[in-house]
Amino acid sequence: MTAELIALSAKAAADAISAGELDRAEYFAAYRARSAADELNAYVWISEEGGARAAPVSGELGGVPLAVKDLFCTEGVPSQAGSKILEGYRPPYTATVVEQLTAAGTVLLGKTNQDEFAMGSSNENSAYGPVLNPWDRTRVPGGSSGGSAAAVAAGLAPWALGTDTGGSIRQPAALCGIVGLKPTYGSVSRYGMIAFASSLDQAGPLARDVTDAALLYRHMAGRDPRDATSVAHPEELVLPSAQDLAGLRLGVPEDLTGEGVEPGVMAAFEAALAQAEALGATVERVALPHADYGLSAYYVLAPAECSSNLSRFDGVRYGLRTPADDLTAMYTQTRHDGFGPEVKRRVMLGTYVLSSGFYDAYYASAQKVRTLIAEDFARAFERVDFLVTPTSPGVAFELGALTGDPLAMYLNDYFTVPMSLAGVPAISLPCGLSDGLPVGLQLAGPAFSENRLLDAAHALEAAFGFDGAAVRA
Amino acid sequence: MIDREQVLHVARLARLELTEEETERMSEELSKVLGHIEKIGELDLAQVEPTSHVVAVDVALRPDEPHRSLPRDVALAPAPDVADGGFRVPSPQA
Amino acid sequence: MKYETTIGLEIHVQLQTRTKMFCSCALGFGEEPNTRTCPVCLALPGALPVANAEAIHFGLLIGLALGCDLNPLSKFDRKQYFYPDSPKGYQISQNEEPLCSGGELGGVRIHRVHLEEDAAKTIHSGGGGGRILSSANSVVDFNRGGTPLCEIVTEPDITSAEQAGDFLRLLRTTMRRIGVSDVNMEEGSLRCDANISIRPSGQAQLGVKTELKNMNSFRFIERGIRAEVARQEGLLRAGQPVVQETLHFDPRTERLTSMRSKEEAHDYRYFPEPDLTPVSITAEMLERARAALPELPAARAGRFEQELGLHPDTARLLAWRAELGDYYEEALATGAEPVPLANWTTNELVQRLGADADPATSNVRPAALGVLVTLVTQKKITAAAAKTVLDKLVAEGGDPTAIVETENLAAMGGADELAPVVAAALEAQPAIAERIKNGDPKPMGAIIGAVMKETKGRADGKEVTRLVREQLGL
Ligand SMILES: [Mg+2]
Ligand SMILES: [Zn+2]
Repeated sequence: MTAELIALSAKAAADAISAGELDRAEYFAAYRARSAADELNAYVWISEEGGARAAPVSGELGGVPLAVKDLFCTEGVPSQAGSKILEGYRPPYTATVVEQLTAAGTVLLGKTNQDEFAMGSSNENSAYGPVLNPWDRTRVPGGSSGGSAAAVAAGLAPWALGTDTGGSIRQPAALCGIVGLKPTYGSVSRYGMIAFASSLDQAGPLARDVTDAALLYRHMAGRDPRDATSVAHPEELVLPSAQDLAGLRLGVPEDLTGEGVEPGVMAAFEAALAQAEALGATVERVALPHADYGLSAYYVLAPAECSSNLSRFDGVRYGLRTPADDLTAMYTQTRHDGFGPEVKRRVMLGTYVLSSGFYDAYYASAQKVRTLIAEDFARAFERVDFLVTPTSPGVAFELGALTGDPLAMYLNDYFTVPMSLAGVPAISLPCGLSDGLPVGLQLAGPAFSENRLLDAAHALEAAFGFDGAAVRA
Repeated sequence: MIDREQVLHVARLARLELTEEETERMSEELSKVLGHIEKIGELDLAQVEPTSHVVAVDVALRPDEPHRSLPRDVALAPAPDVADGGFRVPSPQA
Repeated sequence: MKYETTIGLEIHVQLQTRTKMFCSCALGFGEEPNTRTCPVCLALPGALPVANAEAIHFGLLIGLALGCDLNPLSKFDRKQYFYPDSPKGYQISQNEEPLCSGGELGGVRIHRVHLEEDAAKTIHSGGGGGRILSSANSVVDFNRGGTPLCEIVTEPDITSAEQAGDFLRLLRTTMRRIGVSDVNMEEGSLRCDANISIRPSGQAQLGVKTELKNMNSFRFIERGIRAEVARQEGLLRAGQPVVQETLHFDPRTERLTSMRSKEEAHDYRYFPEPDLTPVSITAEMLERARAALPELPAARAGRFEQELGLHPDTARLLAWRAELGDYYEEALATGAEPVPLANWTTNELVQRLGADADPATSNVRPAALGVLVTLVTQKKITAAAAKTVLDKLVAEGGDPTAIVETENLAAMGGADELAPVVAAALEAQPAIAERIKNGDPKPMGAIIGAVMKETKGRADGKEVTRLVREQLGL
């Protein structure tokens, strides 16, 4: 019985519930029971048994459980952003996107593990321990939305919320064999999302298939008066239906395919391109001359913003405090004890690049690189409909493999960071396996092209026929 | 390159205590990352405008209408140290 | 050697909006601590700022009032510093692209005008007296945190403590006039820092400047600046250098103390606020600000001087104190003569009501004063009688014409009525009459005094003089 329920896509379950064919409480209980038995450390908090009773009776998503990345504020529920400095913190308010999804009928199932403050590509930077990849428990699920990705892949949640700053939805989706969408910057409110890098952070769905991702995103998007950088999506968001890619032009950025891509990933990527052509698309090479500088710019801008955003964790109003007699010692010791090594590294890096005398060389230059990259994308999208790349240069790596080498870890974001800098939407969907581990295909489109992007991904998904059911068993 | 002295200076700015070992390691790791960042130096950026906001947004201002504030006990609830209806801290000038 | 002083001011004005700069909390005034807070102004994780449209409007009004260029696209930046009164660890301010730049007020050039948020209040507790240096703990109250502030920075055009005081008084009255702030120094809604340097007269290069922080009254500002100028002059005369530092002036002891902390110099690490988009000033916003701009004190003083012929000091007094000027103009509408009315307003009325009272709230209606002054200028009553009427108006209000009637204060009709009184006075003091007759004008006052006494001030002094001369055959 439970297996049947878990086999339903979120959309199928929502339809069944609204048709009166599925009991919402039973459905919730099935997921809750699986989550409670979570062996992947995907969750840091799970809702009470009766969680479903709080759900509204109406709404298109009526009664479908939702896993939410720890960094979304949820009133009265732990919201710790994977950090020790927020251990036990229960905010007095709820993030706009979670409010919207609750209004649409979803029920909070649990809060998912993540890299501390969303900084990481392996979920090993969580104060609450690493998350294991359901495809191979000796490997990482990717990050920073590793808990959300693992939970969805392992059937511990029908779908989940994640956030993506430089690849934090797309890369774990790829490594866990599920679908992850990083929407156009500004299309989803950031209010109540514990910030990493404000100009890059964007919430998005992690789902088992493209339709579920589209359905969840449809209820996330919208202008929020509480987020000055949010914008109304110019189109009504619809569910994808395309069966082919007739007439679509796909561009492979020649400047973004460089060394370092694992052969198995490259093989799966090339096979995916062949299938795209078989569906009617044309594939051509396009230039993104400055994309190769994306990672450098990103590792200036994101740490700079994070060093500032994390200044509020000072032991005064909430969270951890290490007592000390004088104020400066209270600050420095609290932050020493509360932040993990990667967060410290980025706070230091960000403080350094903003400090007196370095601003122009680092921050201002990185903002200019951002301009060049955005222009590259604009030019490319005059020629092609979408850009395609592997989502990640490799498949899921072994726990601990890269923890000693931050720079090597950062290179995981090589394909995903340029889209974040350009603010454009990008989706990762599983396109095959390499050595038994999922490989993700990334598709990126112009700002606000989500409808078309999801449509294309929908057609490809059917052609790939990727099956992740085994890891949900 | 970022040496030990610079690491300590930046740590002071960031209000971050570092152990001796963390200081050592930070100097190494940050130097490596900064080395990668130096790649930006290859580009001629003199004529390029910086981008702060990548997606154009109309000015989003808020009407000057008061909303209810948090009850004080809710505001103070997560604070590590509370006294006299406020957040207690070691005195700044002590 | 002579020295000249160079002063630039940085003024923070709390704006009188209904809500805070970046959140919807109502502004706090004297409520219980931490009852005006929300996720945004407590800097809870995940909260985001949204700028208050009215604060931008007020900023534009200030820019227009100070004759600034309004920046079509201004930006917010983060100014980073750790302090318990700064919950985010940064203040949202404007650094690179302020709302307004350039401008001039009362002969002092304005460098820039920008918007930012106020800090919270740190209340020093423990250690008994609550003095900063002795207490071990502080308690932070975020009610004030996030109040909209407008920072106005002048060019270093001010050359004396008095000029600084004058400028600030004009600035205050201008802010009041445009209704953006109650600009009350004692309550902290107007705060001023002064950058002060001196140099030998004629030297082109400016001297080393010090910053005098957080002065909270006009008198203290002037005294503080004088003390600092004297201190710097003492140093230079003794051959010692002035060190760049921040100073605190204690008005009780007249002492200046250095606020230099043990910390390294500030490194604010400004960068553009990614949570807020640039503020572009639309035609509608500009139109609304222009329409809301009243006549400003400086312009009003000019008008009083040029169109009404008032003495510059009187014109300034009426224009600087807007409520006095408003009262005056209302009284003027009765057709009273401008100059005497201005004098009656600024002298007799202000003396009777007290220097800081708003005449609009007194018993004396503006029209009553206008009528009273017209009675005087038309010689229907004497100045002395008018003062009696004004006393009565101040005490219980009423109509001056009626008071003149019931109190029988009308000026003596003329020679017919007055001549017998004058004759009686001369007769009563023959010795004095004799001296006047012999060409000594000095004792005339005694006769006039006697006549006034007899007529209760209703006699016209000039007419009395004329009658005395006539009756003595001079
Ligand atoms: Mg300021
Ligand atoms: Zn507030």
